[in-house]
Amino acid sequence: MLLQIILSGLVVGSIYALMGLAMGIIYKASEVPNFAQGEMAMITTYIAFVIISVHGYAFWVAFAGSIIFAFLLGAFFEFVFIRRAKEPNVLSLIIITLGFQMVLYGIAGWKFGSDQRRLRMPFSDTETYRFGDIVISELGLATIAVAIILMLIIWWFLSNTRLGVAMKATQQNKMAARINGIPTDKILSISFGISAVVGAIAGLFVAPVSTLDPNMMWDPLMKGFAAAVLGGFTNLPGIVIGGYLLGVIENLYGYYISVEFKSVVALLVIVLVLWLRPSGLFSKHYSKKV
Amino acid sequence: MAFFEVNSLGKYFGGLKALQDLSFHIDKGEIYCIIGPNGAGKSTLFNCINGLYTPNTGKVVFKEEDITGLQPNDIAKRKIGRTFQNLELFENMTTMENIMLGRHLHMKAGLFSSSLMLWRGSAAAQEEIKNREQVEKIIDLLELQAIRNKYVSQLPYGAKKLVELARALASEPELLLLDEPAAGLTNDEKEELVFWIRDIRDELGITIVMIEHNMQMVSEISDRVLAINFGKKLIEGSINEVISHPEVIKAYLGES
Repeated sequence: MLLQIILSGLVVGSIYALMGLAMGIIYKASEVPNFAQGEMAMITTYIAFVIISVHGYAFWVAFAGSIIFAFLLGAFFEFVFIRRAKEPNVLSLIIITLGFQMVLYGIAGWKFGSDQRRLRMPFSDTETYRFGDIVISELGLATIAVAIILMLIIWWFLSNTRLGVAMKATQQNKMAARINGIPTDKILSISFGISAVVGAIAGLFVAPVSTLDPNMMWDPLMKGFAAAVLGGFTNLPGIVIGGYLLGVIENLYGYYISVEFKSVVALLVIVLVLWLRPSGLFSKHYSKKV
Repeated sequence: MAFFEVNSLGKYFGGLKALQDLSFHIDKGEIYCIIGPNGAGKSTLFNCINGLYTPNTGKVVFKEEDITGLQPNDIAKRKIGRTFQNLELFENMTTMENIMLGRHLHMKAGLFSSSLMLWRGSAAAQEEIKNREQVEKIIDLLELQAIRNKYVSQLPYGAKKLVELARALASEPELLLLDEPAAGLTNDEKEELVFWIRDIRDELGITIVMIEHNMQMVSEISDRVLAINFGKKLIEGSINEVISHPEVIKAYLGES
């Protein structure tokens, strides 16, 4: 039973890890936690829904389409809203992300209503695989697999490609990046785009488990945020571990202590981490150069 | 037309005139030193040249192109490199990675250039090989072999300064702006630096503009010296002309 609980924890943990990763990518580039991340993923999931259910294309077409849409949405957000801030500080940028979040929420409510819809996926929620004692649904398996593949791609991209290295350089020292010929504004747009793609993929796998409605990403966003705080916002592998850890802790808590208060665990984790280890479990203490 | 020219440059911060009506020119292959007391506007001048600040008045002209107000990354493309007084390094990368980032503009092959080395003969692989060779050359020149795989955050100050210089050289600049390269170095390191700066000019053919307080060093390597105070030009000429000028003496030692 314990193994079963841990495995289910890893499935939701994949979602938390992806949401945390999405926020971490932006945080590293701009020191801003992007609270519009969830709504950006939600809108993108609606786009996938429209492509499948309204236009009748296959899931893979919708998947590709929504990834492209997510990238453009993220880049658009940076270019049109974030970049316009004159002499921005972190707080004002956070307010901008909250504003964008409300705009997207409003658009989703107006365009799609608050009806709960179903996103049809090629992975079944009821079809299961059995490994000895433990059972996992096809969708759960796909969630873990897709999350891990995506993380490997991101890791490879950041350490091996010219663009990825430019992103890393921009995250570490914007001034130094610029004098070495890296167009940091453009890199920031691309970072927002990539982050939105990661969030959107999380959204696509959240939708079939819960339902597709404008509120669907609130919980995953909060948990992703908690995962990022747990792992350390500036450490991407740390965030991933934080996500899986949170998923497992939450499930164990739900089984052994209280299902009703399962969601509180994330909040508890945030408070505990900020109290005991403010820069996260896996980050070196973050201090700004004076 | 001069190789590099600054024409009546002005930069104001509110009521503070950090630079006023400053003009000078530099010939190819020169080592040109800028001196002046703290707050004279020397670093502001560098920031205006390489695009971190946009000047309020005047022009910066490099190889007959007006580069005033361009972004730093566009200035870098025009082969102007720089180092900073307070070091701007990628602290969580190794020496090697920092220097490789100096080659960023020379990596033209697309997204997959550095990772997919499957085809040794491909243009991307050739480019990568050339980039590595260039970096090795600079590591040899500045004798950085011992620290090539160390993280920059762990290096002592003097070594960090060299890494920054190496990164600037890796971009193959034609004009190199050095902001107090000797500050914080030991006497031995300073002496070595004098040789290296000469080598950089003589062997790599890079024109050098240098802000420096160390008069010993300035007199050893400068071809011409510009003294500024309160953002204005005091005098320009040989080191002896400059340090014997009454305005310069007054600026450094105060009214007597």
